[in-house]
Amino acid sequence: MTETTKSLLLHLGLVLLLLALNWLLPEYHHGNLARVMVLATYAIGYNVLFGYTGLLSLGHAMFFAAGMYGMGLVIRHLGWTPAPAVLAGVLAGVGLSLLVGVLALRTSGVAFMIVTLMFAQSLFLTILYFTTYTRGDEGFVIQQAERVLAGIDLSDPNNRYLAALAGFALCLMLVWVLVRHPFGKTLIAIRENEERARMLGYNVYLHKLGAVVVSGTISAFAGALYGVLFGYVGASFSTVQYSIFPLLWVLLGGAGTLIGPFVGTLFMFYLIDLASGVTSAYMLVAGVALVLLTLFAPQGFMGLVRKRFIRWLP
Amino acid sequence: MNVLEVKGLSKTYGGLRAVQDVDLQLPQGQVRALIGPNGAGKTTLVGLITGRVNPSAGGVRFLERDVSGYPAYRRIAMGMGYTFQITSVFANLSLHENVALAVRRRGGTVAQVDKAVNAALSEVGLALRAEQLAGDLSYGHQRLLEIAMGLAQEPKLLILDEPTQGLSSGEVSGFKELIRRLAGQTTVLLIEHNMDVVMGVADYITVLNFGAVLAEGTPAEIRANADVQAAYLGGG
Repeated sequence: MTETTKSLLLHLGLVLLLLALNWLLPEYHHGNLARVMVLATYAIGYNVLFGYTGLLSLGHAMFFAAGMYGMGLVIRHLGWTPAPAVLAGVLAGVGLSLLVGVLALRTSGVAFMIVTLMFAQSLFLTILYFTTYTRGDEGFVIQQAERVLAGIDLSDPNNRYLAALAGFALCLMLVWVLVRHPFGKTLIAIRENEERARMLGYNVYLHKLGAVVVSGTISAFAGALYGVLFGYVGASFSTVQYSIFPLLWVLLGGAGTLIGPFVGTLFMFYLIDLASGVTSAYMLVAGVALVLLTLFAPQGFMGLVRKRFIRWLP
Repeated sequence: MNVLEVKGLSKTYGGLRAVQDVDLQLPQGQVRALIGPNGAGKTTLVGLITGRVNPSAGGVRFLERDVSGYPAYRRIAMGMGYTFQITSVFANLSLHENVALAVRRRGGTVAQVDKAVNAALSEVGLALRAEQLAGDLSYGHQRLLEIAMGLAQEPKLLILDEPTQGLSSGEVSGFKELIRRLAGQTTVLLIEHNMDVVMGVADYITVLNFGAVLAEGTPAEIRANADVQAAYLGGG
C-alpha cells in the first residue's frame, strides 16, 4: 500500500468515524462535536497559512467574521436563503483575504503578526460602527425559518451535525489535495527555507498570497457555516480571542499536520468544557496545558505522532 | 552567443565599494572560474548577477535579454541555476523532495519529475540516500545535494559558489569529472578557492581583486600573470 493510499484511508476513516458517531453519541456530546467540527474547519484554514506556509497571523478572526457577517447580513437584510448566503460569506472571505494579503505581505515576521492583528481590530471596530446593520455587540439571531436549506432544517441537531461534518470533510480533503499538489509542496518549501525557494525560481510572494487567500477563504467558510448552523452572528467572533483560538488549536494538535487542527480543537474544547465545570478560571487550565505542551511536545499531538510513529502523516 | 553579459556593474555598501565597474562576457558552453582573495567581491558580484543584491550601477544581460530590472526568482526561472556558498537546503525535507522542488518549477508529470530527480541525485552519487532528510546529511553531502539541486534545474547558466568547500578529496575529483561532463552543454560560472579544481576544469579565468577585474585569461595565462601572482597566488 502506498503512502498516498494509507493517508487517504486514514483521513476518510476519520470522516466515517465522525459519521458513525452521529448515531452513537449522547445528545450533549453530539451537539459539542458538531460545534468542534465547524471550529476545526476554521483551524484547518488557519493551518494552511501557519502550519504549511509558516506565516503566523494574529488576525484570522477577521476572516471567520467576514464569512459569518457576509452570510448573516444577506439573510437578515436581503432575505437570502442559506446556500447563496454561505456563498456570499465565502466570497467576502476571498475578497478580504486578497486585500489583506496584498497589504500585509509587504511585511514579514513580527510585523506581519502586528499588521494582521490591526486589520482584524479594524474589522471588529467597523462591525461596531455600523450597529444599525450589524446590531454591534449584541449581534443578531438567524431565525429557524431562515435556516432551511432545500427543505432541510439546519437547526435540527441531526441535520446540523451532518452539515458540520460535510463542511469539515470538504475542507479536510481540499487541504489533503493541496499539500500533495506542487503548489502546496512549494508552500512547505517556503516555510522551510524561503530564500532557497526563491533561488529555485519560485515567486514566493504570489505563493504566499495564494496561501493567505486559501486560508482566509476556508476560515470564512467556517464562519458562515457556524452562523447558519448555530443561528447567531455576533461581533465577539471577530475579537482577538477568536484570532488566538485557531493558533492554540493548531499548536496543540500539531501545526503542519492535516488532522492536527481537529485533534487540537477537540482537546481544547473539552478541556475548557471540563475545567469550566470546576473553576471559573478555566482559561488558566487551557494556558497551563499549552505551556506543558510547548515544553514537552512542541510539534503538538499529531506532530509528535508523526515524528515517533507515522513518518508519512501529511 | 554570450549567455551572460555584465556591463559596468558596481555595488557600494556605505563607503565601501564591494564591486566596481565590472564587465564580463560569458560565451555559451564555457566553464569560467571566478577567483580572487577573500573579500574581493566574488559573492557580491554573483549576487548582482542573480538579482539577490541590487546594484548601485550597471546592468546584466542574460540570454540576450536585459534582465537588470528582474527580481531574482525571474532570472532563476529564465535559466540561471544558483548554489549557495553557505549550504542552504531544505533540512526537514527528504533529498528527493529537495531536488524535486528544483525540477518541479519547470512543470512535468510526477513520473518525469521522479526521473529527473533520480538522474540528478545519481550524478552526484546520492541516489541511495534519496529518502533521508537533508538535515541528517554530513556537510560534504549537503554540498553535493546543493549541486544536484543546481543540475536538476537544467540551467542555461550554472553558478556555483565555492562548491568544493568541505568536500573530501575523492568527492572533489568526482566534482571535477562532473564539471567536465557538463562542459560544452551548460555554461558554468564557478567561484572557487581550490586552485587544483580551477586549473583542472576552467576554460577561462577572471581574477577579481578589491571588487574590480584584475586579469582575465586562460589558466596558463593566469598562472603566468605577475599581477595575479602578487595579489593572490602568493609569488612564484
